[in-house]
Amino acid sequence: MTARMDKRFADLKAEGRPALITYMMGGDPDFQTSLGIMKALPGAGADVIELGMPFSDPMADGPAIQLAGQRALANGQTLAKTLDLAREFRKHDQDTPIVLMGYYNPIYNMGVETFLDAALDAGIDGLIVVDLPPEMDDELCIPAVAKGVNFIRLATPTTDEKRLPTVLRNTSGFVYYVSMNGITGSALPDPSLVGAAVQRIKAHTELPVCVGFGVKTADHARAIGAAADGVVVGSAIVSQVAGSLTVDGKATDHTISAVTTLVSGLATGVRSARLVAAE
Amino acid sequence: MNQPLKPNSFRAGPDEDGRFGIYGGRFVAETLMPLILDLEAEWNKAKTDAEFQAELAHLGTHYIGRPSPLYFAERLTAELGGAKIYFKRDELNHTGSHKINNCIGQILLAKRMGKKRIIAETGAGQHGVASATVAARFGFPCVVYMGATDVERQAPNVFRMKLLGAEVKPVTSGHGTLKDAMNEALRDWVTNVDDTYYIIGTAAGPHPYPEMVREFQSVIGKEAREQLMAAEGRLPDMLVAAVGGGSNAIGLFHPFLDDESVRIVGVEAGGKGLEGEEHCASLTAGRPGVLHGNRTYLLQDGDGQIKEGHSISAGLDYPGIGPEHSWLKDSGRVEYVPIKDDEALAAFQLLTRTEGIIPALEPSHALAEVIKRAPTMDKDQIILMNLCGRGDKDIFTVGKILGMGL
Repeated sequence: MTARMDKRFADLKAEGRPALITYMMGGDPDFQTSLGIMKALPGAGADVIELGMPFSDPMADGPAIQLAGQRALANGQTLAKTLDLAREFRKHDQDTPIVLMGYYNPIYNMGVETFLDAALDAGIDGLIVVDLPPEMDDELCIPAVAKGVNFIRLATPTTDEKRLPTVLRNTSGFVYYVSMNGITGSALPDPSLVGAAVQRIKAHTELPVCVGFGVKTADHARAIGAAADGVVVGSAIVSQVAGSLTVDGKATDHTISAVTTLVSGLATGVRSARLVAAE
Repeated sequence: MNQPLKPNSFRAGPDEDGRFGIYGGRFVAETLMPLILDLEAEWNKAKTDAEFQAELAHLGTHYIGRPSPLYFAERLTAELGGAKIYFKRDELNHTGSHKINNCIGQILLAKRMGKKRIIAETGAGQHGVASATVAARFGFPCVVYMGATDVERQAPNVFRMKLLGAEVKPVTSGHGTLKDAMNEALRDWVTNVDDTYYIIGTAAGPHPYPEMVREFQSVIGKEAREQLMAAEGRLPDMLVAAVGGGSNAIGLFHPFLDDESVRIVGVEAGGKGLEGEEHCASLTAGRPGVLHGNRTYLLQDGDGQIKEGHSISAGLDYPGIGPEHSWLKDSGRVEYVPIKDDEALAAFQLLTRTEGIIPALEPSHALAEVIKRAPTMDKDQIILMNLCGRGDKDIFTVGKILGMGL
């Protein structure tokens, strides 16, 4: 399973451009629509899909992703159904890596072994679990890596030189550099500072370093993409979903196109960024 | 759950990773990890620093009003006709509850760490008031996150916080209650990592908070132990305290955990009854999960989504519990029982009329359990209950339920 992720980054490196990593909330606003969004993402230019697992208490997320999770839960989304989304998607696409992103409790509730087996079966390539720092690696990271599921860690501006080796230990797939202290959906940071931070991390690891938090437009994607191996876009995408819904929160016939229009623009930005950071 | 082997001491936890058995830990976003490690280092220094302890003790005496009295409730004892009932009267503290014990300790740490800004979460507003109070006393700006629902039903405490110079931010995300306020405080902290100190109000959250808050609150049990020895020459037969997050309870219980002769009872909010959804009895009706930085018993659905609790008392209205209580439950050392809204309300009225003490609705839950137990015990036995807050804040809630206009 790790192979799909490694191959994708190797291919992009050969192409000389950064990855576009798109976050979507599983089950937002409903199962079928989010499956439609997921299937449309690779065609719109997404290289990796981060699939959000909704949680009632998303402590590191801003309003856009909080609301997306609430919409999904209100429509009956569960962790099992989020895995079903991936399983359905895999019937049509065997190449695009899928990374599940969310919080630990629904996983712990399902049982770590049960979850990992189900995730592998559904074609999941990696996990980002926000509330599992390296100090908690025994919980999920080590069992996941043992089964061949990447465990992707977040590095932040508070992750100093002393702490970086701890954060990078046991991590695989790529490193997700959160470009600012704060919650998802905040303002874009200065790209030159981001570039320096990416270089600092790359001095410690061979893994691709992807950058997220604050990327909303094609220009942002180009600027950040010039300094990193990948650009993560999340809140802007779920905001497109939100903006397309009826007043009572139902999907409309332009919900999927609202997402693909944004993602196509971001993809253009990413494809025009030279991959400065990679050698 | 498997019953763990009986430990040599119930007072040794947490381990160096902040765990009480499987509970506790540090389940936080990476952004917060360095802050939590800094706090742990500072706390470990402060614990054994004579100067810190002296300043804490000085403020305890002259600012909080410690030691709080130990009071023999003679009329209530006669009314119930069983065990002698003693109250540890932490409702007489400055600001009206035990919350100030913890806030004074944490503000001293914030000062030592050179922090410039205080944030806190609050449900009923008692912890918010205590945080705003110590922030005023030490000259810190203070932001208190409070669920929008609670802002409405606890207007007097909102006004007190504003008078004290704090900014009260109503939280509308989620369902606008205590857990959402805690989420929002964590979001603030993750955004303002450089200058901000987060005063968590209960013995929960990521390590070192559960241990730290317990230590600041253990003054309750240490004093009570000495006071009861002076009054009766012996230990109590039973301790009773209300548990929401569990800070007043662990403060009373901890110094007695290794005294085998002392039965210990924690009282949860049974709300409208455990058969429905409207309660906050996470230990009795929940199961282990991970929320707000620690593993502990939680009210959650089949998918691991956290439920909203309900209690007549906003201070117990939280779907989790401090991790040490989860461990004490599994180990069997402490018994946890639910008390329903109407039982707490009846206890509130009984105490008011027999002893002339208006208790907060939180310790009214503990009192309702005392009312059940005392008559079944011998007259030479002793129950020690933590009367952890006064009821001034609750008179509007109670008035409304009893149909009395104010």
